[in-house]
Amino acid sequence: MLTIFVIAWLVAYNIIQPLANWIAYDLLSLPQGSHLGESLAFFFYDVPKILLLLSGMIFLISLLQTFIDTQKVRVMVEKRGEGIGNVMASLFGAITPFCSCSSVPLFIGFVQAGIPLGITFSFLITSPLMNEVAFVLLIGLFGWKVALLYLLSGITIGIISGLILGRMKLERFVEGFVYEIKPQSSGQVLEEKLTWKERVNRAAESTREIVGKVWLFVIVGIGIGAFIHGFVPQDALTGIMGKGAWWSVPVSVILGIPLYSNAAGIIPIVSAMLSKGASLGTALAFMMSVVGLSLPEAVILKRVLKTPLLVIFFAVIAVSIILTGYMFNWVL
Amino acid sequence: MLIIKILGSGCANCKRVEQIAHKVVSEMGVEAEIIKVTEYPDIMAYNIMSTPGLVVNEKVVSTGRIPTPAEVTTWVANALETA
Repeated sequence: MLTIFVIAWLVAYNIIQPLANWIAYDLLSLPQGSHLGESLAFFFYDVPKILLLLSGMIFLISLLQTFIDTQKVRVMVEKRGEGIGNVMASLFGAITPFCSCSSVPLFIGFVQAGIPLGITFSFLITSPLMNEVAFVLLIGLFGWKVALLYLLSGITIGIISGLILGRMKLERFVEGFVYEIKPQSSGQVLEEKLTWKERVNRAAESTREIVGKVWLFVIVGIGIGAFIHGFVPQDALTGIMGKGAWWSVPVSVILGIPLYSNAAGIIPIVSAMLSKGASLGTALAFMMSVVGLSLPEAVILKRVLKTPLLVIFFAVIAVSIILTGYMFNWVL
Repeated sequence: MLIIKILGSGCANCKRVEQIAHKVVSEMGVEAEIIKVTEYPDIMAYNIMSTPGLVVNEKVVSTGRIPTPAEVTTWVANALETA
């Protein structure tokens, strides 16, 4: 069954390029090089390509995630001190599936185990920043190198921000009830032994769930991207989003904050903007802000963090993202 | 009587688990009380680290994901046997 899927996936992935060109230039007989022809060929190629990549990669990532359990992560991080603990927490944060509503139980769970606040934050920062959908879209639209760059910067931001926050001695800004909760009994911990069949089923189920949630945003995003690709003149964005415009990095980070829910739709648009003169550092900073700085998460974390800590937490992440943006504009 | 608890602050995933629990219980024709636990101190008393969590007769059966109706049916059946 799985083999049939893999073969069908590979066949489909290899015929979409000629098919897209055929639809745009032969079936609709648009002249090559025309605005509309370029846009449509781009759209008919990118939509199936990205949806195929999403289903395939999300399945693999979900399969990997069935091996990771936050309880075990906690036990592994518990024994480490500052430094190595931050690195491990940030790495685990990158691969753990994350729903923002889980951030509070996770926070309390880490604090209960006596894990220092800075290490807990390393996990909490990297986890939403490394979103699997964003990662796959980056592979499909920007290529492997940019996707890896994104992954490495996210992990580094988590480590460094966690180290800074850990040194600031912020424990007094954690709501008091967090320290008072006592787990009912230690025998409650859920032990699961999964067979491969169950893992595959779970991965398939979560793939369906995730792709079902984002496919429409992806298509709309690619549609807008295709329009930009075909109709916006080359270098139109150099002035406002190019390397020369120093203010564009902080502005993109601020603009990204309210756009949290549409990461899936925004990445294709940003990818089209890149070909029109926007610089990569600015684009990466914008995407990290969209994915990592979200208002709903702030509202949820408000339950356990007092306002000063919440503000410091978000400010440190925002500054790290801005610095990352500048760094890439400068290096690349 | 069976007591099923949904642990979660009320996000979309928690609501899905609640719907599935209601569906399974009515399909099986079991008499059960379904309780939503939304306060963090109460949720954390079950020693879980990711929501939504599902508790059948005070036993944590699933955390951090949306279980399938088939899985929930098995857990409910197991709980009925041991009860």
